[in-house]
Amino acid sequence: MPTDALRELYQEVILDHTKHPRNFRVIENASHDAKGENPLCGDRLSLYILVEDGVIRDVSFKGAGCAISTASASMMTEALKGKTEAAAAALFGAFHAVVTGKEDADEDTLGKLAVFAGVCDYPVRVKCATLAWHTLNAALADKAEAVSTE
Amino acid sequence: MTASSNAGLATRATSNRFDVDRIRSDFPGLHQTIKGKPLVYLDNAASTQKPQQVIDAISGFYAHDYANIHRGVHELSERATRAYESARLKVQAFMGAASEREIIFLRGTTEGINLVAESYGRAHVGEGDEVLITTMEHHSNIVPWQMLCERSGAKLKVVPINDRGELEMDELEKLLGAKTKIVAVGHVSNALGTINPIRTIIELAHAQGVPVLIDGAQAAPHIKIDVRELDCDFYTISGHKMFGPTGIGALYAKEAILEKMPPYQGGGDMISSVSFEKTTYNRLPFRFEAGTPNIAGTVGLGAAIDYVNDIGMEGIAAYEEELLDYGTEALREVQGLRIIGEANHKASVLSFVLDGIHPHDIGTILDQEGIAVRTGHHCAQPVMERFGVPATARASLAFYNTREDIDRLVRGLATVREVFT
Repeated sequence: MPTDALRELYQEVILDHTKHPRNFRVIENASHDAKGENPLCGDRLSLYILVEDGVIRDVSFKGAGCAISTASASMMTEALKGKTEAAAAALFGAFHAVVTGKEDADEDTLGKLAVFAGVCDYPVRVKCATLAWHTLNAALADKAEAVSTE
Repeated sequence: MTASSNAGLATRATSNRFDVDRIRSDFPGLHQTIKGKPLVYLDNAASTQKPQQVIDAISGFYAHDYANIHRGVHELSERATRAYESARLKVQAFMGAASEREIIFLRGTTEGINLVAESYGRAHVGEGDEVLITTMEHHSNIVPWQMLCERSGAKLKVVPINDRGELEMDELEKLLGAKTKIVAVGHVSNALGTINPIRTIIELAHAQGVPVLIDGAQAAPHIKIDVRELDCDFYTISGHKMFGPTGIGALYAKEAILEKMPPYQGGGDMISSVSFEKTTYNRLPFRFEAGTPNIAGTVGLGAAIDYVNDIGMEGIAAYEEELLDYGTEALREVQGLRIIGEANHKASVLSFVLDGIHPHDIGTILDQEGIAVRTGHHCAQPVMERFGVPATARASLAFYNTREDIDRLVRGLATVREVFT
């Protein structure tokens, strides 16, 4: 039987995004893109972003990874649409503080992303939860090299 | 071998039973709960737990016999030197080497391979030459050779493996040629568990005058090693994978080859005399042991060898083979599970993937059940590539594991499936 701690990490919404990732496609006319990888567990993803007038109009990803990294990427793409680059960076800051256990999850700030609060009890999984976000930073900074969480 | 350990061996041989409960009681690390459940430790290919005998040997040495070795005239230094050199004799006997001059202490298998690639490689491998390795090597038996090739202009050639995870020996014969200057191959694959036919490989290479290095990191805890019977030129092991401490290992190399190899690192202990005009290097094996070594580590390694000898390598191999068969059958019953690495000759390793569930998630969920496995590429990314998987979950056995451990693993995998449905 799965323990409560496991159910806290693998919540229904996370499993749903893992099995049915949203925005799982390539944006042909992307203004930014970047690759991210987590060599430890073999997660790899490509992120595509279309920014117009400083606002993220579309964002998508492709790749393969563990449940946490896939769900995180999927939910990140949903959370970012319509946000300015500055708002996206602020959201990453808030998300990072929660998954690393520095702050409690605040649904007003994080919205659905608050389900990742359970990750803070699994320090080795923080890299999985933040891979897509680090890749986002690299894409917006137009970094050519693949992001590695190692 | 001491008289007392001989007696221990005889007792166990006559009882004809492998007393796993008694063995487990020697390993304090095994007797703890993880996440409220009794630990099942199945990450032995990464590193093994330590018996109390090894822990006591190290702490006793530090408490009573510690000083620097080889140069001191005082009693403690003599005791420490004796402890260090007697560990060398134990390793010599464990590996079946002809002389203690052929045993070099270093940090582990990785450093052993780097020493050979750097020292032997620098002297013997040049532009247009070839180094032959295999697809299933650990990164530590790939990267040092790549670095050598980069420096020298030599080419790295790689023997492919079949779908069961066995070397394609026909291809090996084809790749082995006049340009080949050294062959480097693992005795047992850490990612697949395959036991390679190293005797045949050594014969084939020697027929062409090519020396062979065996990466024995995964073999030493499971299989009897006899470097003279194998006739290998280099064989290297890690203490921490065979119930000894971290940071200590050994390289065996034939004396005639070592004599002609240039030094690896410079420093104290590896010299006979130093002046700014000319330095004379020390005799074997000290020429390859620059600086103060891991003295307590060698004491711990010696204690680990005593421990393994006392149980007996043949009994260990037979027990583990039976356990691996049991584990293989049990995992084959798990729905949606695919074992990666199904060689006819295998040791210790059960690498696998589950349909639709990433190995990293398997590892996290099993950990919640108190079960320690490794997940990832196991420092063998070319193997993952060969089998078209990003990573695997790996359960790896030691002689202190039991059928109950396997049963717990299978039940843990049912929980994994439950979380994802």
